[in-house]
Amino acid sequence: MKTVFNLKKHLVALFAVLLLGTGLQLTIDPAGAQPAWMPSPPKALPGTKCDADPKWMRTWHMRKLDHKRDQTVRDGIRTKKFSLKRCITCHAVKDESGKFLTVKDERHFCRSCHDYTAVRIDCFDCHASRPDSKKGQGAMLKNNPHDKTGRSSSLKPGDKTVASLQKYLAGETK
Amino acid sequence: MISLKNLMNEIHQKAEKEAENNAEETSRRAFVKGSAAAVALAPGMMLFAYGSKEAAARPLAEAASDKTRWGLLIDAAKFNDEDVDRCVRACQKENGWQDNGRPKTDAQWIRRVNLHNKKTKESFSLPMMCQHCDEPPCVDVCPTGASMKRKDGIVLVDKHICIGCRYCMMACPYKARSFVHEHLEDQKDYAPRGIGTVESCTMCVHRVDDGRQPACVEAAPPGAMVFGDLNEPTSKLAQLVRTVATQQVRADLNLDPGVRYRNI
Amino acid sequence: MAETFRQLRNYDNKFNILLLLHVAMIAIGLGAACYMEHNGHIVTGMNNQVVWGLPHVFAVFLIVSASGALNLASASSVFSKLDYKRFARLSAILAIALLVGGLAVLLLDLGRPDRLIVAMTYYNFQSIFAWNIILYTGFITIVGVYLWTMMDKTVTKYNKYAGWAAFIWRIILTTGTGSIFGFLVAREAYDAAIMAPLFISSSFVYGMAFTIWVIITMCQATGQRLLTSAISEKLRVLMIIFLAAMLYFTAVHHLTNLYAAEHIGLERFILCSGSEFTWLFWGGHVLIGAVLPMLILSNAERGSSHFGLISSSVMMIIGGISHMYVIIVGGQSYPLSLFPGYEVSSSFQDGQFAHYMPSMPELLLGLAGISIAMFMTGFAMKLLPFLPTPVKEQ
Repeated sequence: MKTVFNLKKHLVALFAVLLLGTGLQLTIDPAGAQPAWMPSPPKALPGTKCDADPKWMRTWHMRKLDHKRDQTVRDGIRTKKFSLKRCITCHAVKDESGKFLTVKDERHFCRSCHDYTAVRIDCFDCHASRPDSKKGQGAMLKNNPHDKTGRSSSLKPGDKTVASLQKYLAGETK
Repeated sequence: MISLKNLMNEIHQKAEKEAENNAEETSRRAFVKGSAAAVALAPGMMLFAYGSKEAAARPLAEAASDKTRWGLLIDAAKFNDEDVDRCVRACQKENGWQDNGRPKTDAQWIRRVNLHNKKTKESFSLPMMCQHCDEPPCVDVCPTGASMKRKDGIVLVDKHICIGCRYCMMACPYKARSFVHEHLEDQKDYAPRGIGTVESCTMCVHRVDDGRQPACVEAAPPGAMVFGDLNEPTSKLAQLVRTVATQQVRADLNLDPGVRYRNI
Repeated sequence: MAETFRQLRNYDNKFNILLLLHVAMIAIGLGAACYMEHNGHIVTGMNNQVVWGLPHVFAVFLIVSASGALNLASASSVFSKLDYKRFARLSAILAIALLVGGLAVLLLDLGRPDRLIVAMTYYNFQSIFAWNIILYTGFITIVGVYLWTMMDKTVTKYNKYAGWAAFIWRIILTTGTGSIFGFLVAREAYDAAIMAPLFISSSFVYGMAFTIWVIITMCQATGQRLLTSAISEKLRVLMIIFLAAMLYFTAVHHLTNLYAAEHIGLERFILCSGSEFTWLFWGGHVLIGAVLPMLILSNAERGSSHFGLISSSVMMIIGGISHMYVIIVGGQSYPLSLFPGYEVSSSFQDGQFAHYMPSMPELLLGLAGISIAMFMTGFAMKLLPFLPTPVKEQ
């Protein structure tokens, strides 16, 4: 009995310490803003729509990816939905020099949460972690989480990017 | 001022539409191939296609089926060394592997094998790769099932569950498999390959699923490599296998390879 | 005759130093494994021709030895040779330790050791390799239960059954390990069903060598006699019989290959080409691993002395590693015959003898496997009563 009582006491103490620690952390950060220690993955290409509700995807993307990979490799089902390639297409981000980031860079869209949760990503040992730049797939806009100006919601008609996008819409490029 | 959001929405809609049309488009492409003996793609470049069911792409959502058995017929007489090397380079370019100057550890999905007949003193060369056996020893020995044969006869490594034990390399009679000895980056998105796993010729499965021919076949001299469905009697490949003398490498092992040879 | 057992107490301080050395070796080996995993197999001597190198040599050697280490326990439980009951516990714990050592090396040499969970959750039951994974884990479990029936008086009545189960399992295990190299139709060196009995007879030899090594180390550590002269004598004779059996199967293996015309090239390569495999076969496996120990053991007095037993054991272990090297590396070095009747060449070393030069990390990993087994056994002695009480006779 005595040991049980002691164990309880310890658990309560541990819980209290944790609570206190969390409380301190929260109070340090400015009100309303996300605490600095929380992961902040870069946003996907504006205007794109995820294959499932982003909140759901945040929790369960690995299931969909696992299912899709088995379908593709083992059965040859090549639909695009929930494929890793499709994730990369919308989520890949470029650095200041306009090059797509690889998973080696901690600003890569997978890294933020995976570093935070200490879950190793197996995918990019075999898969490229960025779109093929020659084909021009993926995010065509600068979408750097560290660059606040990169997320403007409107562009001028003469902009190079806009021109290339309009060309795509007109069917001139693929 | 153009709203970026609207522009993006339009792009997204177009992309979705294209994806939907994809299946239709590929079957149309197959029809074009089936109806004409050869289609001119560009000056000096011809796409040869034979028979009605040659390289017809399945709809994207349909699984590979055992009604199809993909195969290749390689005519050794139509190859010189440079022709074989061209096939090798085409495969390298397509699948993103290369010669790093370390022949013992570099991957080779397809290679030029030089043969010299000790008696007749005749020498020639041919391309050698995974023979896509119907009874593949590599699939037999793989402890996890990573080494697998797709229903349509294409032998692949499912790198997701490959643990890199290399028993398949011990079992393969054709030395078709390579082990990735080092870290890789920026692989082709349709041909993932990575450290610690085993790999080999995929018969360009991504192209085949798309209704196209393997890269080596396109690079080979006309008629030197015929790709097609062995199960489809009207295909050029099946007709050839039926009518001309073809050989299987190590036929004594009874592995029924999908890759056949002529004039060895 | 009731045997009494005890934990290892009051031992020479040198034994602690020995354990520490093993710990250091294990740390170095794990470091080497990390290095290989981090850089990929490019830093090893292994390549696309010789895909299994030194780590597999050590791993297979240890796994085969594990099965053989159970000899003395089986002799007492299955064959009612109660003289050996004194060493039954020691022999069982050594068997488990050797298997763990071998498996550790095997695992750390995978291309993707981080995918251990995949190896345990995806099974292709056609694969002898997958069966071996089950055989190995089963061996550890069954021998564990067997030990339990030896050490807990309330379950002693099941000892006989557990002993039988362990005996049958170890024979299947070695058959399975041998079969890895027995049914690869395309490889001339690995297409012989005799591999299974060859591995079983080898396991008797290598397992005995490790058992004697441990018993005599214990004698040294405690400064007490653990072997009666009668048991020493029996061990001496047993080892000679096992060595003879192994030589017999080795001879049959190579002679049947020589009889088959298509394998003569391979046999010439292994037996008389002058390659490293020729030296390791004749010098390592045959001379050091069998003939010299037999010569030492054949003399009744010299052979049953501590010195005679330990020196022949060490030679058998060296011979065993050479034997595995010849089978595993030698077999892969011989080129595949793709086009019989043709001279074949390519950029992928077709038609050539492959060259493999073991690298330092591989060697360190292999040696760490032995150290894991030895440390586990030594440490277990301290924890639980595995050790027999000393003999009284002069």
